[in-house]
Amino acid sequence: MMRFASGLLTVLLLALLLAIWIALPWQGVLALALAIALWLGLTRSGRLAREAAKIGIAGLPQRWGASSVVVVGIAGVVGVLVAMLAMAEGFKATLDSTGDARTAIILRGGSQAETNSVITRDQAPLIASLPGIARGADGQALASPELSQVVNLPTRADGTDANVQFRGVGPAGWAIRPQLKIVEGRRFTPGLREIVVGRGAQRQFRGLEVGRSLKLANQQWTVVGVFEAKDSHDSELWTDADVLGPAYQRNAFQSVTVKLDGASGFRQLKAALAADPRLKLDVLTTRDYYGRQSQALTKLIRILGTVIGAIMAIGAVFGALNSMYAAVAGRAREIATLRALGFRGLPVVTAVMLETMLLALLGGVLGAAIAWVLFNGYTVSTLGQNFSQVVFQFKVSPALAWTGLKWALGIGLVGGLLPALRAARLPVTEALRAA
Amino acid sequence: MKYLHLVWAALMRSKTRTLLTLLSVLAAFLLFGLLDSVRVAFNAGGSVAGANRMVTMSRLSITQMLPYSLDAQLRAVPGVKKAAYAAWFGGIYRDPKNFFANFSVSPDYLDLYPEFQLPASQKKAWLADQRGAIVGEALAKQFGWKVGDTIPLQATIFPTRGSNDWSFTLRGIYKVADPKQKAQERVLFFHWKYFDEANDYVKGRVGWWVVEPTSAGAAARVAKAIDALSANSDHETKTQSEAAFNQSFAKQFADIGLIVSAIMGAVFFTLLLLTGNTMAQAVRERIPELAVLKTIGFSNRSVLWLVLAESVLLVVLGGTLGMLLAAAIVPAVSAASGGMVQLPGLLGQTWASGIALMVAIGLVVGLLPALRGMRLNIVDALAGR
Repeated sequence: MMRFASGLLTVLLLALLLAIWIALPWQGVLALALAIALWLGLTRSGRLAREAAKIGIAGLPQRWGASSVVVVGIAGVVGVLVAMLAMAEGFKATLDSTGDARTAIILRGGSQAETNSVITRDQAPLIASLPGIARGADGQALASPELSQVVNLPTRADGTDANVQFRGVGPAGWAIRPQLKIVEGRRFTPGLREIVVGRGAQRQFRGLEVGRSLKLANQQWTVVGVFEAKDSHDSELWTDADVLGPAYQRNAFQSVTVKLDGASGFRQLKAALAADPRLKLDVLTTRDYYGRQSQALTKLIRILGTVIGAIMAIGAVFGALNSMYAAVAGRAREIATLRALGFRGLPVVTAVMLETMLLALLGGVLGAAIAWVLFNGYTVSTLGQNFSQVVFQFKVSPALAWTGLKWALGIGLVGGLLPALRAARLPVTEALRAA
Repeated sequence: MKYLHLVWAALMRSKTRTLLTLLSVLAAFLLFGLLDSVRVAFNAGGSVAGANRMVTMSRLSITQMLPYSLDAQLRAVPGVKKAAYAAWFGGIYRDPKNFFANFSVSPDYLDLYPEFQLPASQKKAWLADQRGAIVGEALAKQFGWKVGDTIPLQATIFPTRGSNDWSFTLRGIYKVADPKQKAQERVLFFHWKYFDEANDYVKGRVGWWVVEPTSAGAAARVAKAIDALSANSDHETKTQSEAAFNQSFAKQFADIGLIVSAIMGAVFFTLLLLTGNTMAQAVRERIPELAVLKTIGFSNRSVLWLVLAESVLLVVLGGTLGMLLAAAIVPAVSAASGGMVQLPGLLGQTWASGIALMVAIGLVVGLLPALRGMRLNIVDALAGR
């Protein structure tokens, strides 16, 4: 009865500790680490714990088989978790950086995405004349009526067709997106069937080298340049909207992207649009527009990553428990001797815990490092909202590595506490006599 | 079989250790069951038993529509048994989060999809109502729709009379029996004729055709003949098998197969190490006992098999429990997501590969300890050397 009650209490305590641990911000962790270090360094029981831990850690290489189980198990969890989260992070970063608060996109009311939207030719000059839109050096409104088509291009990986966004932009398209830099060749000449391609698209699909010509919409187009934007435009092909439209028998545009005039520009533009009955249009800052596109997928990948990580973590906890129980059982005599010498419960528990945490930390660092080496900057693509490929890179950020380490230490905490308690409760006389 | 109690006793020797190992094996195979079920659901588009349908769509772009005038020509192509057309609508029910596919179709569309089971009376009612719609059972359940209800949809592409508000009357609810194809129950169909008349933008345009050739052998020839109809026009078509179309689409989202194998690779590698270590430890502790077994007449070979049986039993037991748990969780996930996710449950192929994996892992982790047990020298082992 007593044993059951104390077991239950331990499990409850563990759950509480874990909940606190997960919610703890890094300042809290730092403070905790400092407190433990101070205790280990300054107090008598702390010094005893340190000595006891030293003995255990010195013996680790002898038990390398069992110790490596803990390390590799935790490394696996952290590696998979960090890789999955890095995928979500990379996708989000790509779409988020595409938009900003200084530009806005105008779509037909209710259309949600460019592919669905229609802006007629007579609406485009009306939009350009609205207040709230910045003007270029030549006094022209910085508004780019745009049109995009989904085209099929063979992937480099296996030559299967994938959907790629083929965007036609107006003359102001470049000035509105200063982040876009030509890194090879030149811009397309308006009026000619010339294409500039995004760096990401060029890496992902075949036949997009400068100077190559390709057949789209039954016409020959020439690739004349490569641009780099470090955002989702990198996955696109660009040409003149007035060339793209006729090629695909499109009379209308799909969207107008504008540079906003100062901080109040968006408000002015929105009010002006609402006031004009000829224009039933929605306006969104590009930050909102692209941010919204990343939301669903990012959330899905995060949930999946966390669920998979959690199941793996449970498996790893049992592995760690097994190894640490074995370690405690193997060292029963050693621990009993320590206790006979006067080491009390707390130093013994701390010693076993420190040992487990060390292994867990090792596993966490290893897992995060593997994820970083294998996946940081790893380029993949997925289908975005406009039925076309968005090329993005995995992003293993320090924040994600930190999350991974926290998980690792959490697993170590759960895997180490029960064996540590057993070590402290070992009946001294029996353990000394045994084996 | 007669040694089962011996193997069992060996497992029960250290209950904690066996239990903990069992639980980690369980976690690994739980994950395997779940992920494989996701993979199957994702790749399900590829194969519908007995169907050799083809899809004809614009060669230029999937968003490009085709002229309706192609319909009569296409149906007249020799080797075409049945054909139907459809057009993507892209309506939203209340909130963009409630996403489901909805498109307008020709009246004979369902003839090409015999796996969609719609009661004859409901089908008749649907065909008779110009603004009627039918939906899959999963979708009807998710939103609590009943036959006769009015379903409002917000158009994202096609306004009607200047407004985005469309409404349909639910005339039928169809079912799809194949658990792999349950995702097909999340679609709303309505009449193309109504779409064509009521939308403000496009007239006489169709999104794609579904074509059934008279025989599977004729498929390639028929595809070529259909594409020849529009060659060198401004609306060239591309005809491919429905399976190829679905698969290329799914693959563009992500190579789920690759992701699943990468994760499972990491999981099983860890598992090998973990159970391997446990088995090694278990045998190490029992060396004197194994020596006693040999002394009383067990052959080297039977000791080998005893240890192997023990590790296989451990992994198979944990793995089966894990996959059973996965089988229980998968329908719960489908239910909890309100029908958004339609996982097919654990299918025969998942069980087969799971059990093969269990036996393989059991044999691999048991091998070294078993060989050690087999090669024991009785005298040394008994003396504790």
